Amino acid sequence: MTTTLATTVLDLDGPGYENLSRRMHEEQYRLVSVWASEDHRNIRVFSAYMNGVNLVIGRFSVPGTEQTFPSIASLFPAASRMERTIRDLWGWRPANAHDLRPWLDHGLWKHPPLSGESPPASNSPDTPPSADYAFIPVEGVGVHEIPVGPVHAGLIEPGHFRFQVVGEKVLRLEERLGYTHKGIERLWQGSSLEKAIKLAGRISGDTTVGHALAFSRAVESARGHRVPLRGQYLRALLLERERIANHLGDLGALANDAGLGFGLSQFIILKEGFLRQNRTIFGHRLLMDQILPGGVVTNPDPESVATMISEGEALLEQIRVLETIINEHGGLQDRFFGTGILTPEAAQEWGLCGFVGRASGQKTDLRTSCPEPPFDTIAVNRGVDTGGDVRARVAIRFFEVIESLRLQRLILESLPEGAISETTGTTGGEGEGVGLVEGWRGEILCWVHLGEGEKILAAHAHDPSTILWPALEWAVPGNLVADFPLINKSFNLSYSGQDG
Amino acid sequence: MHHVLLHILKTGIVTGETPRLTEDLAQQAELLARKGFGRFGHTLSIRHVDAGSCNGCEAEISMMSGPCYMLEHLGFRFVASPRHADLLLVTGPVSRHMKEALLATWEAMPHPKIVVSTGDCALDGGLFKSSYAVEGGVSSVIPVDVHIPGCPPDPESLIRGLLTAVGG
Repeated sequence: MTTTLATTVLDLDGPGYENLSRRMHEEQYRLVSVWASEDHRNIRVFSAYMNGVNLVIGRFSVPGTEQTFPSIASLFPAASRMERTIRDLWGWRPANAHDLRPWLDHGLWKHPPLSGESPPASNSPDTPPSADYAFIPVEGVGVHEIPVGPVHAGLIEPGHFRFQVVGEKVLRLEERLGYTHKGIERLWQGSSLEKAIKLAGRISGDTTVGHALAFSRAVESARGHRVPLRGQYLRALLLERERIANHLGDLGALANDAGLGFGLSQFIILKEGFLRQNRTIFGHRLLMDQILPGGVVTNPDPESVATMISEGEALLEQIRVLETIINEHGGLQDRFFGTGILTPEAAQEWGLCGFVGRASGQKTDLRTSCPEPPFDTIAVNRGVDTGGDVRARVAIRFFEVIESLRLQRLILESLPEGAISETTGTTGGEGEGVGLVEGWRGEILCWVHLGEGEKILAAHAHDPSTILWPALEWAVPGNLVADFPLINKSFNLSYSGQDG
Repeated sequence: MHHVLLHILKTGIVTGETPRLTEDLAQQAELLARKGFGRFGHTLSIRHVDAGSCNGCEAEISMMSGPCYMLEHLGFRFVASPRHADLLLVTGPVSRHMKEALLATWEAMPHPKIVVSTGDCALDGGLFKSSYAVEGGVSSVIPVDVHIPGCPPDPESLIRGLLTAVGG
């Protein structure tokens, strides 16, 4: 059985692009991302599907006379928002799409901002915002609406939630996002590799390692570069450290949202110690700018390696104590159990990935399905739960943080000697490449179109939040409004990652 | 329950020393204190607004409230409504889509109000400068009293910035 990623890229016409989606649906592939690009006056729409080790990318060159591309949202519902994004940014319409409401466009743009014909001035005067977003209404006796956001009560990112409620029960939740849209794809166009990798590390600050790694892998696949083994091991180490830090913070916040402040305090102490270690060893608490095309930046000395191993052991002990306390806390379990259920059927239909998918019975984990070094020799244990509730997501997060600590120890103990990076050089022709990473939230895909030398012609980054946000809408109905923060935290999706 | 209490006792107090202001920050603090901002003393309410950040700043801001820094023991607390806030802590390059919400939040605050911008992109847009989707820094939308540099600033820098804003 082959375990390395097998990428197939197909150049298709309109009907071919549509047929591919049908074939992928029949063969039970899941959708990873849909995106578009425009270069050399060539307009293209991409869709990427995945099943096991197979990554299939369909590329459709939109004929110059047409402004439409086939929608695949009827088979892959998660495609809808990505297709609406393409329409907002480029002005090309997904034909036969059910939902044509704007998504990232909040009514401030005169022209589609990525369309080559009318490059937008950065400070063009605001046009009056278009009419309110057309939320889907729910009618009936006693139904009322609760609008929340974009500015929330807590320390979180901005986005709008519209709840349709009867009494205390949520009938329907609809999200309105795009508030943190920064135009990263436009900034990438024509930028140098040096600036581009910095931007990749700031698509979503809590996933800086994941996005920088996906971007670097895309560049390496476009240029055919190989990363030295020690560099690959250190990349895996950084990725696991990012996973550990995020799960620690979220587990604390989840306990706090259910009323146990003790949990937050304890996990924040653990996370703080971990971040300080990051700064001591790698020079940055969140591990920003640690990964470059060709390898990594920091080479930890044997002393640092030993420190990380002993730190990991101490952390593991603490986490096990807290896990027991949380699992035995009746009040917490009462809030976690049966709250915010996302059924395995819904998770499969939406092609969910990451720990949210794994808490709803989906077995996808790129570290096990197509392992790259060091995971070709170090086997990753994958946790799966079929409950789909907050309890399941908490359990999977505990499982993963403990597993990541085990992986960290194994990586550090078998760290090969040698160089940590290979100079990629500034020479090289035009080419395209794809990078895939199992980030802490799920699958990150990055596609890069490199020009001659060091210039980026176009690039696209796909944050798993894009696929997971619609799933939150499915997990909330039937729950109390007061349970929303808890359910939301159990997902903890990135606004910035989805907004781009 | 006894596990919880035992663990709290075992943990003890982990709060570090309050970071000291550097000389230039102390000077800035004195200027601001003369403007009248010093009156907030040790009870100050903060409203945080993410104006399009990558969420890196949020990750560090939320660490400030933890036991290692104990922002509350310095007299600061986060509030949910801008109407209860003395200080607006803004992150992000100010995306065009957040400009209106940022302005509305600022306007809803009672006078006198302090604005602290946080992170390199909040200064002038940073890496996102010149994007069609970005205004280009907090001060291009509302008046800023103190800026905290860093990408993202660590909790010590954040605390120093907040102390500067209230006159040291």
